[in-house]
Amino acid sequence: MSIFMLLAPLSVMIALVGLGAFWWTLRSGQYDDPMGDASRILIEDPLDRPDGREA
Amino acid sequence: MAMTSHVLEHQDFSAFMRDGEDGRPSIDLLVKGARCAACLSKIEREVAAMPSVSSARLNLTTGKLSVAFERGRDDAGAVLERLGSLGYPATPFDPAKALAAHDAEGRRLSMALGVAAFGAGNAMMFSVPIWAGLFGQELGPATRTLMQWMSAVIAAPCAIYAGMPFFTSAWRSLRKGRANMDVPISIGVILTLLISFVETVLGGADTYFDAAVSLLFLLLIGRWLDHRLRANARSAASDLLAMQAPAAVVVGGGGVEHRTPLDDIRAGDLLLVRPGERIPVDGVVEGGVSELDNALLTGETVPVRVGADDICRAGALNLTGTLRLRATARSEDSAVAAIARLVEAGAQSRSLYVRLADKAAALYVPVVHSAAAITFLGGWALGLGPREALLRAVAVLIITCPCALGLAVPAVQITASARLFRRGVLVKSGAALERLAEVDHVVFDKTGVLTEGRPRLLDPIPAAIAMAAPLARASAHPLARALSAQAGVSSLAEDVTETPGQGVEGWIAGRRARLGRAGFVGVPGAAPSETELWFGFDDDTKIRFAFADAIRPDAAETIAALRQRGLSVEMLSGDLAAPVAKVAAALGVENWRAGLTPAEKSEAIAARGRDGRRVLMVGDGLNDAPALANAHAAMAPGSALDASQNAADLVFSGEGLGAVVAAFDVARSARRRALENFAFAALYNLIAAPAAMFGFINPFVAALAMSGSSLAVTLNALRTGRGRTS
Repeated sequence: MSIFMLLAPLSVMIALVGLGAFWWTLRSGQYDDPMGDASRILIEDPLDRPDGREA
Repeated sequence: MAMTSHVLEHQDFSAFMRDGEDGRPSIDLLVKGARCAACLSKIEREVAAMPSVSSARLNLTTGKLSVAFERGRDDAGAVLERLGSLGYPATPFDPAKALAAHDAEGRRLSMALGVAAFGAGNAMMFSVPIWAGLFGQELGPATRTLMQWMSAVIAAPCAIYAGMPFFTSAWRSLRKGRANMDVPISIGVILTLLISFVETVLGGADTYFDAAVSLLFLLLIGRWLDHRLRANARSAASDLLAMQAPAAVVVGGGGVEHRTPLDDIRAGDLLLVRPGERIPVDGVVEGGVSELDNALLTGETVPVRVGADDICRAGALNLTGTLRLRATARSEDSAVAAIARLVEAGAQSRSLYVRLADKAAALYVPVVHSAAAITFLGGWALGLGPREALLRAVAVLIITCPCALGLAVPAVQITASARLFRRGVLVKSGAALERLAEVDHVVFDKTGVLTEGRPRLLDPIPAAIAMAAPLARASAHPLARALSAQAGVSSLAEDVTETPGQGVEGWIAGRRARLGRAGFVGVPGAAPSETELWFGFDDDTKIRFAFADAIRPDAAETIAALRQRGLSVEMLSGDLAAPVAKVAAALGVENWRAGLTPAEKSEAIAARGRDGRRVLMVGDGLNDAPALANAHAAMAPGSALDASQNAADLVFSGEGLGAVVAAFDVARSARRRALENFAFAALYNLIAAPAAMFGFINPFVAALAMSGSSLAVTLNALRTGRGRTS
């Protein structure tokens, strides 16, 4: 039973980390441009950085 | 819009600039036609390579390009010009509108969905041992209570956070004295949480923490889908608005041209309107000669000549010459605005429409809540004891909680609008689909809907066309364009000069030629006409080209398909009687009226509505906008003016009228699926509610029944729009 008291909160913690990660992706605008993100991965030029500067 | 480089570079865009990060000036541009990875990389690379630009980022989903400039070097005109030369016409975006587009509600819903998913998953972890205990597995009361507390600690805060969208909406609805679907949901969730806490404290077996939060999770999926549908349509609509008449060029002191948002134009300002641009506000011509295309304003197909002291109405398209215009009204006082007010009145009457889901809620709420009350009172009276009776009443509330109902309609509507989107039809809201399904009478506008809205050459003679093509190609006039569209490859005439409102003159193979009005080309005695062009070399025979607005190739087929579906068809036009009669005869439409003003059109629609008909209006012109807003459902082609697209429920792109039939079929199919889903939910409740009343429901059965019924309605929703339309 004591291992349960350790593992149950641990698993909730791990899930909370996941929730936090979701919150971060939401706040940093990662769902704002799904079409653009899907396309950017296809752009081959390695010099092509989103901020427009050369790498 | 044809804008040349030297024109844009000397304009002042400061009204559209905002301070971006680290104080650099930046501007938001709406870019048209960027739809693929190649466009994205080309636009960002080319714009960022400009010396004054420090960074450029394109949002492909919304089509907005954010450009940040180096400090003190904000030449937005050069960026617009570069974009234009790349083949992507762009327009500055009002910073206030850009801020409003930031989708705060969508993020809030997404986060609520994430929290509900977290809560449901983790509360379930502690529910599994409790369920096992229900089936005679070894589980002592102390362990069970521990599991229940764990469940409570996780589920309760999650349920309160994730339930907020429902609680606030229910509260708002209750304060207005109405009950929407969120009222039973909120009561169900809050009561469930309270009773489960009490049971946990008293050491009972029946707690429903996991059920409360997974209920919210499933409902939030429906809510989120509904929001996505509306947000997509809204952003598409506001983009169109920004694209069409975003700003006008005001000539200030010293001849400096300022690009000014429409709202800032005052009466008395001097405006410059180039060929290809729309007249921004009502005004009087001070200089220049041109022709105006009023097709979208009045439905007239024939261009109107304007010169000094003529009045121009806002919304007309300037065709051939640059006009200097003295504004006589502000944007909101212009002729367009009067139409906009008619539109607003129509939209208000439409907002009274009660959506299918809310109709269901109005039936559902009293039935379920009285069933729960009867369970409690009846159980107590029959000797169950208040605690057991209350638990059974709560079980009734939980098991009948409108999970399936909350998903039944949004899931169908999102499937339907996704199917229509692939066919080039944009659905603005779920309610629009519901209204479209009820339609029994279709009213078409003529110009630009049943006809192509642009002239086409009658009786083309190839030899004559080939002769005139080199001159026709040099002009942007609609008749000349129609002529050059018929010609194959040809050379361009040399030394071409265009006289606005008259015609073009140039040299073809060493001979001087003219193309234009009869008088301009030198045909004595011919009456001036707006539907013909004359062509001739100096001292040679003159050739006449006649034009007419062509009927869309699939117009007759579409009308037949609509009649086959039991709909009656009518045509209302603002054009003259003769051309309208001709089109009506060609298409076999007996019911038609011509020469209508926007108010008369709108009144005709309203009269049909009073006769108990449910009217679908299909129109594109500004003169159709009030009629569109007044109709039970409305569709506009993508070529329509912004006001019409805003007044319409559905916007279809492409050339085909077939989209009208397709949209109607999908809307009916969606309605059928939604009703099936309601029937299923009713059947489910008919079985589940008595089971809960007689105490056959435990937390495990509740969890199974809820997810099972939600899955069933979602799968049924996916069938929407298959069948005969595909």
